[in-house]
Amino acid sequence: MLGLTKKDYNLLLIVACLTMLAPFILNPFPEGSGLAQFNAGYPDLMQRFVIFGIFAIGFNILFGLTGYLSFGHAAFLGVGSYAAIWMMKLLTTNVIPAMILAVAIAGAFALLVGYVSLRRSGIYFSILTLAFAQMSYALAYSVLTPITGGETGLQLKLDDARILDGALGAGEQARANLFGLNMSSSYELSVGSWLFTFNTGYYIAAVIMLLAFYLAIRIFRSPFGLMLRAVKSNQQRLNYTGLNPRPYTLAAFVISGMYAGLAGGLMVAMDTQVGPERMFWTASGEVVLMTILGGAGTLIGPVLGAGLIKYMENILSKINSDILHTWFAFLPDGLEDFIITLIYPFIGKGWHLTLGIIFMLVVIFLPGGLVEGGQRIAKLFKRKDDAEDTAASTPAE
Amino acid sequence: MGILEVKNVGKRFGGLQALNEVNLSVAENTCHAIIGPNGAGKSTLLNCFVGKLIPDTGSVMFDGQSVLGRTPYEINQMGISRVFQTPEIFSDLSVLENMMIPVLAKRDGAFRMHAYADMMSEKDILEKSEAMLEDMGLAEKRGMQASSMSRGDKRRLEIAMCLSQEPRLLLLDEPTAGMARADTNNTIDLLKQIKEERDITIAIIEHDMHVVFSLADRITVLAQGTPLVEDHPENIKGHPKVREAYLGEAA
Amino acid sequence: MDAIVLQILNGLDKGSAYALIALGLTLIFGTLGVVNFAHGALFMIGAFCAVTLTRLLTWSHTIIDETKTDFLGNPLKVDVPYIYDIFGQSTGEAIIDWAVPLAILFSIPVMLLVGVIMERGLIKHFYKRPHADQILVTFGLAIVLQEIVKFYYGANPIPTPAPAVFAGSFDFGAMLGFDPNTIIYPYWRLVYFAFAAVIIGAVFAFLQFTTFGMVVRAGMADRETVGLLGINIDKRFTIMFGIAAAVAGMAGVMYAPINSPNYHMGMDFLVLSFVVVVVGGMGSLPGAVLAGFLLGVLESFASMAQVLEFLPGLNQIIIYLVAIIILLTRPRGLMGRKGVMED
Repeated sequence: MLGLTKKDYNLLLIVACLTMLAPFILNPFPEGSGLAQFNAGYPDLMQRFVIFGIFAIGFNILFGLTGYLSFGHAAFLGVGSYAAIWMMKLLTTNVIPAMILAVAIAGAFALLVGYVSLRRSGIYFSILTLAFAQMSYALAYSVLTPITGGETGLQLKLDDARILDGALGAGEQARANLFGLNMSSSYELSVGSWLFTFNTGYYIAAVIMLLAFYLAIRIFRSPFGLMLRAVKSNQQRLNYTGLNPRPYTLAAFVISGMYAGLAGGLMVAMDTQVGPERMFWTASGEVVLMTILGGAGTLIGPVLGAGLIKYMENILSKINSDILHTWFAFLPDGLEDFIITLIYPFIGKGWHLTLGIIFMLVVIFLPGGLVEGGQRIAKLFKRKDDAEDTAASTPAE
Repeated sequence: MGILEVKNVGKRFGGLQALNEVNLSVAENTCHAIIGPNGAGKSTLLNCFVGKLIPDTGSVMFDGQSVLGRTPYEINQMGISRVFQTPEIFSDLSVLENMMIPVLAKRDGAFRMHAYADMMSEKDILEKSEAMLEDMGLAEKRGMQASSMSRGDKRRLEIAMCLSQEPRLLLLDEPTAGMARADTNNTIDLLKQIKEERDITIAIIEHDMHVVFSLADRITVLAQGTPLVEDHPENIKGHPKVREAYLGEAA
Repeated sequence: MDAIVLQILNGLDKGSAYALIALGLTLIFGTLGVVNFAHGALFMIGAFCAVTLTRLLTWSHTIIDETKTDFLGNPLKVDVPYIYDIFGQSTGEAIIDWAVPLAILFSIPVMLLVGVIMERGLIKHFYKRPHADQILVTFGLAIVLQEIVKFYYGANPIPTPAPAVFAGSFDFGAMLGFDPNTIIYPYWRLVYFAFAAVIIGAVFAFLQFTTFGMVVRAGMADRETVGLLGINIDKRFTIMFGIAAAVAGMAGVMYAPINSPNYHMGMDFLVLSFVVVVVGGMGSLPGAVLAGFLLGVLESFASMAQVLEFLPGLNQIIIYLVAIIILLTRPRGLMGRKGVMED
């Protein structure tokens, strides 16, 4: 189906269902209940899930397949964002042209950076990409202020040119839209004490992520994808097999740069603003974390990793000591305080600590990320079943 | 006029003259062995054929075209395939995938952006790869990860990968180094079979005289970077210069 | 001329920090073959050793001073550091004033311990794993370390002054024979440079003239052979890691007065230090030191007003620009050895 094997098709179908039903799935707790803070089904966070999902899927095409660890991918995200916002300022607030330009400019920039960086491999490649990204950040922050808005960044303004759009009515504001459909508009559905929000922007981003995901599956299963995996496995043999690794890796680099640009463009489409911190190296580090955490080289891993990190960032970081006290109120006072002291460093502002520890544990014990973890658990159950089967069948013989 | 013509090749590493005035002609559809004691420059010479090294002087012509200054993948596309001392395969990939890569390289050239088609629906590639695996007795292992095979099977796979490109010249760099006797004999049989069944020229660097004398039609003895003798195997065996070179090494 | 000297001097303190961190990174990379992304965190922990010691020394109890009154006429509450009770007020004040240099003594055992624990507990298990895994796990460790520091010390920079003697600046230009008031240089920066020079000299002397150093150098050149000789290279490498950690830590302690310690200073320096190591040549100790000072001074030159007039923003990107150019023209860096990290 769709040119995919049954297994891949099922995976795509599962991801499609999950993203389309996300407003329900992510809001399992009724409003006002103590657990409502674990609900992630609000538009802003759901948009982040899918946008960073795209970013990580793209990064995985480079790192997961070829093994080239880029520490500067946020630069392409940032460039995409700047391109998109300029398109929306100058031409139209419709997000389609903005995203096309974001992908194109990010791709061109990736071609330049990749052409230079890919002349080296290993840690040298990582440092080169890092250097390019930090340069982009520094320039966006300082010299390029006329284009980037410097520290304050860029927002949509009333007096933007918007050549294709009509004049705004009194009191109206320029908003990102898809042929008039406002990105920030939402439909709210109230069922009992549950509240579900269906946001236009989220669904547009989700559809784009599904397309991006589908494309990634195609790339993984194509001869091109095979060559990329061969690059990771043995470049020497590849060379002596009459294949030139350079254009393959460069193509992978540019494709993943375009994915990053698409993610950057979508971010602008959602919140219509951009600042240089989007290009800082910590942002590049974040996508590395996402991909590894989920499982580099796997299809679904990066999406899972992106989801997990964004969930932690937004939900875990909101838990404070008051909330902990309400949770553990049933315990005797001394014990309650003790447990809260133990947990406190890992939540709220300390969520990065939790992230760092999880990440280290994954790198040490689960190099294949969450996906490998899932597979191991599945295997465990399978083996158990097998054992039971043989145990059950033996007496019958 | 041989398929591989080496003229006056010299190569210097610092103070060491690794190759000096090497002249060599490998005739088409023969098996030509290059032997010599350690440090005779065999591997350096081989590296000059495949583009890993560029000699300081002289020329290396393959089928009338110079290979000098070309990259390894360009030389491979000209029709020279190389088997390494330790098998170089794609360890992380499955045996079938290993096999498909050279077949794709043969069909599509050094680079082709083929990112949307499903690999497994490329019927011609798949058929050719599977036929080759069948030929080499690796068909049962097609789904296995290459790194988990035995050393002998890895060698077999590497040779299969090279053959699938239908090279005109197959270079073998000590193909039985570090192998047990049984594996060595299997490899000799395999190479003999290849020699008989295919129109292919083989150039082999080898230490093991048993391998050399079972396969070679012609032998060049290299010592201290210079060819000492070139002759038929039976003439090489008792040649005084050869004995000197080898005994000299032993002493 | 004086302007050039001034820029060179200005570049020296940053260059010193780069050189010290890069030196440790190279020691670890050269001996253990590990790319340590947590090295900046060690620098940061060093700086917080200075903060911690200052806090310990100024640890106070409150007394009511009957001799002074506030504006309402009530007796004034005064915080008195315990150290005054032990050594008397004037000695106590002097000790607190000299907290940062004293913190070096405090930091050495702390950093050695941190380094050894890190190597035995984590890094050891990554010798055989790919460099990418090493980068990733130490990157994770760096996040954890800086978050722990953030939890205990907060997110804001903590001013940690140098001893009062070194607080001001002096007319360095006049001493060197230039016109007065052309080169005004803070004392502490000169101290930092001298300190860095001593540490670098000590590390080189240690490697050059001790048996231990000889074995380590041999190990850097060819680890397996040295292992075959029956020398317990692993144990020496553990100690080497501890030393590299101590060097980074001391660099951090002394840097505290120049730049108020904050939890992310390690990462800020690490990114640049890695660039320095790569420019100097992976695995080359002199290369690391040379590149550290070179890039520090270049950065300082690039921030001259005359330069910024022509090339605005150059100071922000100069290090990266140089790194890119060097990596492309001299793949092994300025003084890199053949065969190090080339696959």
